[in-house]
Amino acid sequence: MATHPITLTVNGSQRQGQVEPRRLLVHYLRDELGLTGTHIGCETSQCGACTVILNGQAVKSCTVFAVQADGGQVMTIEGLAQDGQLHPIQEGFWEEHGLQCGFCTPGMILSTYDLLLKNPDPSEQEIRHALHGNLCRCTGYQHIVKSVQYAANKMKGAPAVAD
Amino acid sequence: MIPGEFEYYAPTSVQEAVSLLQQHGEDAKVLAGGHSLIPLLKLRLASPPVLVDIGRIQELKGIRRQNGAVTIGALATHADIEFSEDLRGVFPLMHDTATVIGDPMVRNLGTFGGALAHADPAGDWPAVALALNATMRLTGPNGERTVAADDFFVDLLTSAVEPGEVLTAVEIPVPQGKYGTSYQKFSHPASGYAVVGVAALVQMGADGACQDCRVAITGAGPKATRATATEDALKGQQLTEELIAQAAEQAGNGMDFLGDIFASESYRAHLVKVFTKRALLGAMQAAQ
Amino acid sequence: MVYMRQVGARVKRKEDPRLITGSSNYVDDFNPRGVGHLGILRSVYAHAKINGIDTSAAKAHPGVIAVFTGADVPELDRPMPHGEGETAGGQKGMVGIVTAPLATDRVRHVGQAIAAVVAEDRYIARDALDLIVVDYEPLDAVIDIEEAVKDGAPQLYDEVPNNTAYTWTRKRGEVDAAFAEAEVTVTQRMNNQRLAAISLETRGVLAQPDPLSGGLTVYTSTQNPHSVRAEIARTLGLSEIEIRVVAPEVGGGFGAKISSYPEEMIVAALARKLNRPVKWIETRSEHLLATHHGRGQINEISLAAKRDGTITGLRMRCLADLGAYPRDASVPPLTGMLMSGVYGYQNVDIEIRGVYTNTMATGAYRGAGRPEAAYYVERIMDVLAAELGIDPVEVRRKNFIPPDAFPYKTPTGPTYDSGDYNKPLDKALAAADYQGQRAEQRQLRAQGRYRGIGVVTFTEICGFGPFDSASVRVEPSGKVTVATGISPHGQGQETTFAQMVADELGVSMDDVIVVHGDTARTPAGKGTMGSRGLVVGGSALFKTLGQIKEKATKIAAHLLEASPEDIEFREGKFGVKGAPDRTKTLVDIAAAAYSGSLPDEIGTGLEATDFFAPPGTTFPFGADVVTVEVNPETGEVALLRYVAIDDCGRVISPLLVDGQVHGGLTQGIAQALFEEVVYDEQGQLVTGTLMDYAVPKPEYVPMFENDRTETPSPHNPLGAKGIGELATIGSTPAVVNAVVDALAPFGIRHLDMPLRPQRIWQAIQDAQAKAPAAAD
Repeated sequence: MATHPITLTVNGSQRQGQVEPRRLLVHYLRDELGLTGTHIGCETSQCGACTVILNGQAVKSCTVFAVQADGGQVMTIEGLAQDGQLHPIQEGFWEEHGLQCGFCTPGMILSTYDLLLKNPDPSEQEIRHALHGNLCRCTGYQHIVKSVQYAANKMKGAPAVAD
Repeated sequence: MIPGEFEYYAPTSVQEAVSLLQQHGEDAKVLAGGHSLIPLLKLRLASPPVLVDIGRIQELKGIRRQNGAVTIGALATHADIEFSEDLRGVFPLMHDTATVIGDPMVRNLGTFGGALAHADPAGDWPAVALALNATMRLTGPNGERTVAADDFFVDLLTSAVEPGEVLTAVEIPVPQGKYGTSYQKFSHPASGYAVVGVAALVQMGADGACQDCRVAITGAGPKATRATATEDALKGQQLTEELIAQAAEQAGNGMDFLGDIFASESYRAHLVKVFTKRALLGAMQAAQ
Repeated sequence: MVYMRQVGARVKRKEDPRLITGSSNYVDDFNPRGVGHLGILRSVYAHAKINGIDTSAAKAHPGVIAVFTGADVPELDRPMPHGEGETAGGQKGMVGIVTAPLATDRVRHVGQAIAAVVAEDRYIARDALDLIVVDYEPLDAVIDIEEAVKDGAPQLYDEVPNNTAYTWTRKRGEVDAAFAEAEVTVTQRMNNQRLAAISLETRGVLAQPDPLSGGLTVYTSTQNPHSVRAEIARTLGLSEIEIRVVAPEVGGGFGAKISSYPEEMIVAALARKLNRPVKWIETRSEHLLATHHGRGQINEISLAAKRDGTITGLRMRCLADLGAYPRDASVPPLTGMLMSGVYGYQNVDIEIRGVYTNTMATGAYRGAGRPEAAYYVERIMDVLAAELGIDPVEVRRKNFIPPDAFPYKTPTGPTYDSGDYNKPLDKALAAADYQGQRAEQRQLRAQGRYRGIGVVTFTEICGFGPFDSASVRVEPSGKVTVATGISPHGQGQETTFAQMVADELGVSMDDVIVVHGDTARTPAGKGTMGSRGLVVGGSALFKTLGQIKEKATKIAAHLLEASPEDIEFREGKFGVKGAPDRTKTLVDIAAAAYSGSLPDEIGTGLEATDFFAPPGTTFPFGADVVTVEVNPETGEVALLRYVAIDDCGRVISPLLVDGQVHGGLTQGIAQALFEEVVYDEQGQLVTGTLMDYAVPKPEYVPMFENDRTETPSPHNPLGAKGIGELATIGSTPAVVNAVVDALAPFGIRHLDMPLRPQRIWQAIQDAQAKAPAAAD
């Protein structure tokens, strides 16, 4: 089957590749670019473990063909911390014990990134609603909600108070 | 997890898309946001040999308000609708519906046109399109045509879009005078799709009576359907909670119901009545 | 610097920096050069003979490296050994049914592995599976356990009449007399539906030839690497030292990754046969089809009681679904053994039959046998309370094992280590304002609203042996490497163990590394399951740290020119008693330990390995109060409040305990309200994706109000009891009790799980049809 050339800007660097049209973005990122922080947890777009930021918004990279993303800007979990400095959302997940096995975490963090862009001051219910597409089997979500609240406070410049 | 092979085309104009579709005939499927199609491909429940990706066609994007109608490009995403202030002003139900579709990532890529053309029996937009009396604009080998929402949803996963045609935009008339809308949904706890969803539009006359109303049901049967008996019972009447409750009892009359392990046919039939009542009460309150 | 103890403090996890930056590796993140991607062809029939398998088209497909059936690989056509479960082994009297990793002549459930494709790319492997043709001869299948035990039902195994693998019984006291003389009896049939583990990371295996040993290194997403090593070695006819098993980051297990699976054998055998790395990653659909399920029981349970609520006898007849082959047949008997709950009744008559059906095998799933027991006991307590018109709290208190009765030998088997059941109950009732909530419920009922309050008091069994291990090596720098035999995968023992080391040896937590999940780097261990990580693994570490301290004390004494008896460990330093200035830190001691100049009676180096074989199991306990409201129009349940008080003995890391509780509660709530693995009558899986199988989402659970009481266990030096499963165990009956309580005005006494809206709505319809005025 014919392959297609694609160019993506991934975590700030331009990456060129040649892909079968059926190659999913998540497989391109993981298998071709070695960015294995993006995970795969289901095949039907329920779990959100594969969430990346594509052109400024969170998407499920298991439900996008790499060719569809051609020309786009992608940020994966590997691109979130800058110069070794954790992003406030990453800090929030660490401070508030927002992860256990860690498998859902990159997706949770990037969905939170999308949420806080759109709504910098979400209520508990808004956080839960915004994370509807990210399943976590370990935490029961409580510490994840607190992690997001921590990050929101920190990003607003307010003191991020741990309970 | 992994789709079968297919040929891929990414036209940049509607004309180009239509000629590609014509060229490949039955082999070709239109790919828009992909959030209905790609899961089916991954599970290998569908294996079209050719995909025509319309996602790069600029003319299919955008939401415009003009001449008493709103025109929504087929590629407008659920998130575009959710965050459109223009739309929120005239149809709060568009915003409210968008927020209960899938999840933010699905809404960021899934498209309004794709969801309508796919005619998923559990999709949310078909009910909204029916309730708002939308008109679908299609372009095919023989040029443009329009199809009223009432004629658009043909059967399970079948819309009026013919092979070779592309749904380009949806026009929704803005009602005159006092009106209210509401969408009430009973979501499946796993998939998030509508087990039952009911959209309602209520228009009030100067006398305070219900001048017109449109009620549409999704999720419950093989295709989205108007609840005409309910509508008829309300038109011209002064609306009260009792009257709405009575009228809602007629919702779903004559419908075929779907059943599954989560909700049987009879339970869905019951939910249709409950959610019709809720949607009408919501629309009535919004109209006042 | 102010000295601060780490044990008991709220500390951030050591595991997290690598996980929040995406820089660590789960199995699928390894891609060694030349790796072949393996796909598995699975049975589409629940029960069929295989008359032939044609792999020729798949073999000819471009990019396919090889295609194998069981006939091609003798190691894979041999029966796999029994899995190693939480309590290990099969049941007495059970016919020894075993399954080969690849089926050659007969399949007994949808999803059973038949053939394996290895290809250059995972896409090609998937394509090639569609090219294999299997000639099936379908046989009648039996899916329902109650059908399976009937005469004339389809038989899975000729040597197992009525598909009954075993019957486990326990009869103590005078049960028949208790029922004959009872002032009141209640009987209820209850289910415990099948559940799927749904670890967010599915299973996955990567095996590669290891030039060092001439055998293999196998990366696998498991809870128990040492057991997988033993079973791969046995399957391949190699010795343990030729197999290295690594559990890298593991994205959750919940019991489903305890014992080894056919796929581990297939991948290992084919990596050896092809002499190249081979990787298999389970899809979510495969996870639902072919990773073992949990629960799966139907039970009829009866109580005999006095009118004052004192229980005089318990009887139960339970069928437990083993699926098509036994993976952990010891789970259902655990249900029987825990049927005493927290209550003192002495007359019991319990029978559990393990039954084969044409479905995926069942095995451990968070709680493994104990959630079922807690559910039956706590549900029938409420049925009894309703029958007697006594508050459910009072019926429970009336029957509690008193705090002075411990160690308490139950009639159902185990001896409870310690307990004080009023403590968490009092705390929970106060936190929930139970009396206030009852008053509010009465008011709401008068308004036609259906508020329900569920109360449970429960215990479980944890801390299974037979042993676990720890190695501690104080490096020359004074930093510390710990290697543990447990295999955490989210529980956070890198953190809790570092807390312990920090306090015991006087080092910073940052100067401790905890290594786990690698048979080449850790001493023999039994993995992470059954809430044993801290209880058994932590105790092994504590013992080992004792050895290190003993030697460190000798070295300190030598350096300080004092006698070891005069050295004490105070505020993180080894010092001479009564001489505040004369101290040595671990850094000083480590430098001396590796100087080569210590006297012979002390010896060079500072490291130790020790094992802990627990003298008995532990029994954490708790009490929950749940508030729900049911919408009678649709049957929807709103979970309004959840108060959980747990007693898991001594706590090392309170933040991590909270995390275990929240996650555990959510999984238990999920069984009550959402989750169920459903097969149709032909044995096809209806809940085959996460579009059908409802895992709780963030909006489905409230903010939990949880707290603790602390009753130490005497069975380990830490006093720990285990917290991994406790919250799951209490929350399922708590929620069902609350919903049934909400429906009391309709005369409803019980509903089966999951409490989907339709089931509740239908029950209300039925109740109203029977007695139209009941709800008014």
